[in-house]
Amino acid sequence: MTTASASAGAVVERSGTATAYPRYLAGKLGGAAVSLFAVLVTSFFLFRIIPGDPVKAMTQGVPTSAEQLATLRRQFGLDLPLWQQFTDYCAKALTGDLGMSYQFRAPVGELVAQKLPATLLLTGVAVVIYSALGLWLGTRSAWRHGGLGDRLNTGIALTLWSVPSFWLGLLLIIVFSVGIGPVPGMFPTGGMESGDETGLAYVIDVAHHMVLPVLTLVAVGYAQTLLVMRASLLDEMGGDYLTTARAKGLRDDLVRRRHAVPNALLPTITMIFINLGHVAAGSILVETVFSWPGLGGLFYQALSVPDLPLVQGLFVVFAGAMILMNLLADLLYPLLDPRVGR
Amino acid sequence: MTTRSLLWRRRRDSVARFWRRFRTHRAGLYGLGALALIALVALGAPLLVGGDVQSVTNAPGTALESPSARFPLGTDQFGRSLLGLLVWGARVSLAVGLLAAALSVAIGTLVGILAGHYGGWFSTIVMRITDWFLVMPSLVLAIVLATVMSRSMWTVILAIGITSWPTTARLVRAQTIAVESRPYIERATALGGGHGHIMSRHVLPNVMPLVLSQTTLCISTAILTEATLAFLGLGDPTVVSWGGMLQDAREAGAVSSGHWWYLAPPGIAIAVVALAFTLCGRAIESVLNPRLGAGR
Repeated sequence: MTTASASAGAVVERSGTATAYPRYLAGKLGGAAVSLFAVLVTSFFLFRIIPGDPVKAMTQGVPTSAEQLATLRRQFGLDLPLWQQFTDYCAKALTGDLGMSYQFRAPVGELVAQKLPATLLLTGVAVVIYSALGLWLGTRSAWRHGGLGDRLNTGIALTLWSVPSFWLGLLLIIVFSVGIGPVPGMFPTGGMESGDETGLAYVIDVAHHMVLPVLTLVAVGYAQTLLVMRASLLDEMGGDYLTTARAKGLRDDLVRRRHAVPNALLPTITMIFINLGHVAAGSILVETVFSWPGLGGLFYQALSVPDLPLVQGLFVVFAGAMILMNLLADLLYPLLDPRVGR
Repeated sequence: MTTRSLLWRRRRDSVARFWRRFRTHRAGLYGLGALALIALVALGAPLLVGGDVQSVTNAPGTALESPSARFPLGTDQFGRSLLGLLVWGARVSLAVGLLAAALSVAIGTLVGILAGHYGGWFSTIVMRITDWFLVMPSLVLAIVLATVMSRSMWTVILAIGITSWPTTARLVRAQTIAVESRPYIERATALGGGHGHIMSRHVLPNVMPLVLSQTTLCISTAILTEATLAFLGLGDPTVVSWGGMLQDAREAGAVSSGHWWYLAPPGIAIAVVALAFTLCGRAIESVLNPRLGAGR
């Protein structure tokens, strides 16, 4: 017996209620593994639907002899039976080998590793800001629900949520980067850095480039957090424990902060994790519009060729991110809410 | 009085009751009004602007004119009237939105009712598949589907429809289980009602209200997704849609030259339609489930 399972056993004996967590953990891990396998199956077979020969597509415009085509086909393993191609694909994918990009003539894994930090920076900052904003405004909205503030809050959020993110981005570029009428161009039109700064100046330069893309992501994204937080707080507000808290003389503000909000946070936190999983995929449009050097922009470049191995590889990466974040939310949840996973 | 006429009267009453409650949601009414107006414009487009607005070869104006009395919203890079294109684009955006949402909700309802009704290993497998679709980034999946299939409006509808059904399936399944635990289903079974009878005559009418609100909410997502796909160049190149207009605008350099009048209208149109459907959907949702207290 390993030390980890031994200590888990000790916990079980002491509390008696924690029995289910290891089992819950195993179930969720198994589920994630199945999902990951399903992603690989989809990505393999989806890209086999495409009519035409991948080798021909790759050599388009380059004069190639039949002999060279056959060699290429052998190199890519396209002469093997389908099931063998599939097992090869899975084995490679699990070791991080997602194939070669036609367009960049580089391994997909390497390209992803190159572009990942920019995406994490942009979307990480945006998710933190819009989650905080959504939680704050959602709480205020629910606490005074039906009032003018609530109606205004939800109205603005729903309107911004209905706006296509890429359009908002383009409009912000026109207004604040190109400049319109009396408004001068204050922000760069795209990219992540001007190129020649170092140290603190570099940090400020990147932050300056981030303002508009982050603003776009936040404006379009915060409504969801707001609405979920508002709905779950409204759900809690009928609770008897709040009447009790008030009856014992707590100030309204304390009832909200200490009693209602912590309970209402639970469903919202799950959603924030799911959003984190979405971010890589969700920033495709914003990164494209702002020429941000991240995964989303890379996906767009791959689409416009189309560079199928790169599209396929990024599909696996985006879906993998979703699965990972869902798994984290599932694992964290029982620690936050003891009623789950028992 | 026959059973049939009784049934019809009961349905008429419940529709009237629904409308009375819906009417108290002001935001929902605004949404409905906006939709009626846009639907009229879309249906009347051939009369309003004529069918040849899309034609690139005999465009009436010169390229990229600013708004004027003749072209209230200016012209695009081919000299076509942007107002005409905007009106014409409503047809494609609405058609794709409605059909994709209908497809998605139809799949979701079917899967949900079957999984809820049969239960057991069948339900486990079906819900596992649903869950898997739920964790997939649906936009990426739709983009990939649109990439690997041929460029057409139907591809876009299919791509949106088959990536967005799982939420509906989950909701309908829960509702089906709730309905089937009621005593009258037991009575129907005892009287010899088969699986098909129970699902179509008892469960389906009971999940319909939920399906309706789900469809309305689904349409706004579908319209946004359509615009996104068209903007990425994955739409049908032969028809004009709002997303496609935005792509054209970007390609014509409307951003760097500051032609905001080219970019603004299609985006506003998308936002207005999506918002109108969302407001309607939320109003319907809160009529059906007053505890939500939303949408007012």
